Amino acid sequence: MVAREQFQVELTALRSQIISLAHETEKMLEKSMEALYNQDIDLANEIIEYDKQLDEKELKINEDAILMIARQQPVATDLRRLIIALRISSDLERMGDNAKNIAKAAIHLGEHHGLTIHPALNDMKQTALKMVDLSVKAFEYEDITLARKLAELDDLVDNMYGEVVREMLEKTATNPQKIQHIMQMAFSARYIERFADHTTNVGESILYLVKGETLDLNK
Amino acid sequence: MNKTTTTVKPVFHVQDMNLWYGNNQALKNVHLEIPENEVTAVIGPSGCGKSTFVKTLNLMVKRIPSVKLSGELHFNGQNILKDKVDLVNLRKQIGMIFQKGNPFPQSIYDNVAYGPRIHGMKRKKELDEVVETSLKQVALWDEVKDRLNSSALGLSGGQQQRLCIARAIATKPSVVLMDEPTSALDPVSTLRIEQLISELKNQYTIVIVTHNMQQAARISDQTAFFLHGEIIEASDTDSLFSVPSDRRTEDYISGRFG
Repeated sequence: MVAREQFQVELTALRSQIISLAHETEKMLEKSMEALYNQDIDLANEIIEYDKQLDEKELKINEDAILMIARQQPVATDLRRLIIALRISSDLERMGDNAKNIAKAAIHLGEHHGLTIHPALNDMKQTALKMVDLSVKAFEYEDITLARKLAELDDLVDNMYGEVVREMLEKTATNPQKIQHIMQMAFSARYIERFADHTTNVGESILYLVKGETLDLNK
Repeated sequence: MNKTTTTVKPVFHVQDMNLWYGNNQALKNVHLEIPENEVTAVIGPSGCGKSTFVKTLNLMVKRIPSVKLSGELHFNGQNILKDKVDLVNLRKQIGMIFQKGNPFPQSIYDNVAYGPRIHGMKRKKELDEVVETSLKQVALWDEVKDRLNSSALGLSGGQQQRLCIARAIATKPSVVLMDEPTSALDPVSTLRIEQLISELKNQYTIVIVTHNMQQAARISDQTAFFLHGEIIEASDTDSLFSVPSDRRTEDYISGRFG
């Protein structure tokens, strides 16, 4: 298996770029929730700024993958590896956007909103982070069993999201003056839920890589 | 997806075919159906038996004294390994193209008219018609119609190869075998031959041996992957190049060996 050593080296480098981008999205979600809970506007601004770097990294992965398709003319699994690199980097970029949106919500809420951020948001975040971790492992080892587990965790996040939104709707009835703030919290819950959805897309990409067919993990 | 074996009538049906050069076994238990009016690509690393396989289809290998064959090779229902076959008639039905265009050192006209003449066509008008139709089919007519009496050796490599295809189809075969027909050609001539193959398959069954995997992927309907004299995998080209079922096929088409 000495042929195409250069291609193998390039594929490995591309994989590392993707894994590193995934870890960045983890950090972004963690920090944006910290900004939300601690009403830390400076941190929120930092996150918004940092998101630009993620966009650049996504672009770099896309450019590298396209060049590899053009130069190496891969087929079968190799071709799917590059196709999913394009898809996954796009999902990761959107995950970064969702974290950024939470940071924006933190800014909208401001420093003295007097609301307690719903603790369920923290639980959602924890599960979403677990999902990133799982998707990275599934990607790294091309493991479809791990990829399938993402579907279960996504159901969990969806359920938590449903509950949070219901509770918040009830709160708006009793606290109409706080409606703007409550909305921002509900939006944030929605951003975490979307973030988690994108990790299931990563799982679907891994299933496509291994099986060569498209399967839906996000029903 | 596996339309090749189910809906289309096979022209060749090969079953448990073995071939030896002396004591050296070059084909092992080969099983393959070659469907009518489709392009079947035969791929595999050097020495895997792919050329031998194709040369077996028109019994050309039988010219080699040390060759021994066993198994079944049905051509249009007749087992040509067992039954007595008229080789001249068989090769009228099965044309062959080689790596490098090998026109006879004769005029362009005589090259194309060669086959029909051998098979008894004498009238000038008929021959003219066959020459024109054949050259038109390979898209060479416009380039050579004003110099049909010039030597075929004056044509470019790509033109020579198209001339050889015209010569092969002039006898109206049902099958055209091609053994790496573009390996000596530049990219543009290669693409013209590939385009030609796609057009010819409406009328002919084509079997092409190629080292160029992208070529197999571009032009064939079915692909057979040979390794050490065996068919490792044969399926419709879409599946073979996207989700091959055997690890060795995947490694070969991905360029990991060979």
